[in-house]
Amino acid sequence: MSDRAPLGGDDSTRGAVGVRTAEAPTSPIAPVPEVPERQRRRVWNRRRAHGRPNVLAGVLATVWLALVAVPLYFLVAASFRTRSEYLSDNPLAPPPNPTLENYETVLTGDFPTYLLNTVLVTVATVAIVVGLTLPAGYAVARNAGRAVQRGFSLMLVGLAIPAQAAIIPVYLMITQLHLYDTLLAVILPTAAFAMPVALLVMTNSLRDIPRELYEAQTLDGAGPFQALRHLVLPLAKPAITTVAVFTSLTAWNGFLFPLVLTQSVSTRVLTLGLWDYQGQFGTNVPALLAAVTLSVVPIFILYLVGRRYLLSGLTAGAGK
Amino acid sequence: MAVTRQDRPSGWYLAPAVAFFGAFAVLPMVLVVYLSFTSWNGFGFPALSGAENWTRLIEDGRAWDSLWLTLLFMVLTWVVQTPIAMLIGVWAAGHQRNRAVLSSFFFLPLLLSTAAIALLWAAVLDPNFGATQALPFLDGVNFLGNTELVVYTVVWVISWQYIPFHTLLYQAAARQVPQSLYEAATLDGAGRYRQFFTITLPLLKYTVITSTVLMLVGSVTTFDTILILTGGGPGTATRILPLHMYITGFSGFEFGYASAIAVLLLLLGAGLSLAVTSATGFRKMQSQQEGM
Repeated sequence: MSDRAPLGGDDSTRGAVGVRTAEAPTSPIAPVPEVPERQRRRVWNRRRAHGRPNVLAGVLATVWLALVAVPLYFLVAASFRTRSEYLSDNPLAPPPNPTLENYETVLTGDFPTYLLNTVLVTVATVAIVVGLTLPAGYAVARNAGRAVQRGFSLMLVGLAIPAQAAIIPVYLMITQLHLYDTLLAVILPTAAFAMPVALLVMTNSLRDIPRELYEAQTLDGAGPFQALRHLVLPLAKPAITTVAVFTSLTAWNGFLFPLVLTQSVSTRVLTLGLWDYQGQFGTNVPALLAAVTLSVVPIFILYLVGRRYLLSGLTAGAGK
Repeated sequence: MAVTRQDRPSGWYLAPAVAFFGAFAVLPMVLVVYLSFTSWNGFGFPALSGAENWTRLIEDGRAWDSLWLTLLFMVLTWVVQTPIAMLIGVWAAGHQRNRAVLSSFFFLPLLLSTAAIALLWAAVLDPNFGATQALPFLDGVNFLGNTELVVYTVVWVISWQYIPFHTLLYQAAARQVPQSLYEAATLDGAGRYRQFFTITLPLLKYTVITSTVLMLVGSVTTFDTILILTGGGPGTATRILPLHMYITGFSGFEFGYASAIAVLLLLLGAGLSLAVTSATGFRKMQSQQEGM
């Protein structure tokens, strides 16, 4: 390798363009320096040809960027306008006198109640889903018995069930349980319908834990519960995070169950609250848009601090 | 040393999850079938009424209109979302720095709840004060009030919400395609479009299937967007099946009949996803998901 050191240095600058190409000729079988260098250059040139700007995709990406950015800009800009400015100004011009009045209107109203309700529903749903699917996934991954695998299959069928089809019986059950218009009424079905995806993610991850690790635990005299606590729990952290994020988003964005199962202001969650603002604020659209903007802030913070976790949670639904 | 059975978790580790899921998801599915044979106004207890709801459903023109509209939404949302999500996903899979920055913007709609998105677009498309009024060609267009236009408007809003998600799926899958395949194809003189159709597209097959299943099932169950954006209107122009069920039940208090519509919805949703996944192999799809 030492005789090729200068070339290697040359490579690293090219690496910025085609990261992987430089690796191919630098194989463990050290060849005559001149030949691979020429090959390398040729491959690199071809790669550059491949890397020519892709006009169609580039144009499409730019158009999409505008289609995403303009509505979001409109949202934030309008939330800083006064009501009269909103009715008279060009909607795409920046607000001439940005005001916090709309945010004040929203924050001094019922918004904090809605936010608190949503947080409570989200935390409780995540606790139930993680608490039940972690041991369940452990059983499915480690117990090939027929009962366990049938239970697993039953839950996988849930992947194909649309929650909409369940709202009438769920409404009946919740009223019979005298839970109507409580947060628990929202939490129970939300958790149940998030469970199949959660179990699938957990099981897939726990199946990847090498058998030897379980066996070592057993040799140490640990029972299944100790193994769950000391082996599975630490190793399943990424899966738990994914499940927690996926479930949080489901609960946070939930609309149908709260719509059907609650009615008072005191049990209203954020999504329903936003919808209610549409009627309540009437023509005060800037206040409505300020509420919409505020509702995005928590998820936006999550996006900034843990983009990877957020995206893994979002795509967990693709197991569906 | 053999691991004895007692060292493995017993079925009791799974039981609470199954019991919970059974109580709040499976039991409702059984109940909804039962309720479809009853008459119930939401108070008291349902009374059996035979097949009345089902004969009514067969004769209900509005229900069939809703079903056709649901299928139309299904096709339109697929046609709009798939090519855009695939192209942007493949494009964003590149490793160039500007793409990473741009793609963090692409995914922003994912951060908004359905309710927030519907309210945002209702304001953007407002025929008097919306953002579209400031744009040439679009001013004066009543996107939500025009019976013919409103279907496409709703399809657009739903696509705006979900394209980033499907883009993510395609991006993750496109990153799995071995670079060496493109290098070999380039050496053989294949151009970009040829490479896309002979390498990228075949290797994205399972992603196309996953994404399609999600879109199809998703459009059967699209509910909140339409409820907030149009309420099913103007008239019944956007009253798709779930909305028809909701209005029949929770506004008309005909829960028995609404349950019959719900069973239809259940069959449609479950049938679709089971048909597509069993035809294409669910396990295979799962293995394609790994590393995402």
